[in-house]
Amino acid sequence: MIFQDYVFYALAVILLFAGLRVITTRNPVHAALFLVLAFFTAAGIWLLLEAEFLAITLVLVYVGAVMVLFLFVVMMLDINIERVRQGFWEAIVPGTIVGGLICAEMIMILGVKHFGPDQIAAPAPKPADYSNTAELGRQIYTDYLLPFELASVVLLVAIVAAIALTLRQRKDSKYISPSDQINIRREDRIRMVNLRSEGETQPRAEETLEKREEI
Amino acid sequence: MVGLSHYLILASLLFAISVLGIFLNRKNVIILLMAIELMLLAVNLNFIAFSHYLGDTAGQIFVFFILTVAAAESAIGLAILVLVFRSMQTINVDDLDNLKG
Repeated sequence: MIFQDYVFYALAVILLFAGLRVITTRNPVHAALFLVLAFFTAAGIWLLLEAEFLAITLVLVYVGAVMVLFLFVVMMLDINIERVRQGFWEAIVPGTIVGGLICAEMIMILGVKHFGPDQIAAPAPKPADYSNTAELGRQIYTDYLLPFELASVVLLVAIVAAIALTLRQRKDSKYISPSDQINIRREDRIRMVNLRSEGETQPRAEETLEKREEI
Repeated sequence: MVGLSHYLILASLLFAISVLGIFLNRKNVIILLMAIELMLLAVNLNFIAFSHYLGDTAGQIFVFFILTVAAAESAIGLAILVLVFRSMQTINVDDLDNLKG
């Protein structure tokens, strides 16, 4: 066993523990925080696999953005935990059977017998000046340019959709449409009233009234 | 000595945990979304492990795109969740039976 193996086993134990707590904890806020722990640990494992750029991306994008979004939503919604937890353990038997079968099948195929260290040797360590980020960037901007552009379109659609879905008109809003404000004409606002003069001394009063209405 | 199989087994264990999570939390949509995120994490771990051991960066680029799509998916999923909560005051799956399915 070399040092990396100990690191791998430690991170694997933490990752599985965090995953188990995500699905079993009562409080959704705790579940979100355990998911953050799981992502952090997974980023550590990806570093062991020399995928530095993706490890940092996982921390930045997932822990920094997606999990914060999750926490926002969890704290914004008022969830009745007691009702949601009713019959929580009823599905443990079919769940364990399905999960166990998936796991057993995968381990039978992907186990040490076919994919172990003896069958697939660890690649030689990269030289010190090798940059994972530069290599990924070179491939993304040359061979995978079209998928990269499509990914940006997907993100744009997600932004527009998220805003369009959650935007709403408040009932107590004092918003006035700017185009209506600009398109207003003088005739819509001002009504000229002919007031009959009462006496010889009044015309001055009529003039001021008309002026005031114009304003 | 840790080899490719160890990473694959770890990923399959994580995948099985999230399958179990979908079974257990079938009434809580938020935890369901989190379990799906865990599944995607397990799949990404497989991609990166193969990419490292086979010396092919295509796997890492695939993970890059999966991360993009997963971020978009969770953003829209949470937006729908907020919308559902706003109109029905609950996100309990049992109460969401407007379509009479």
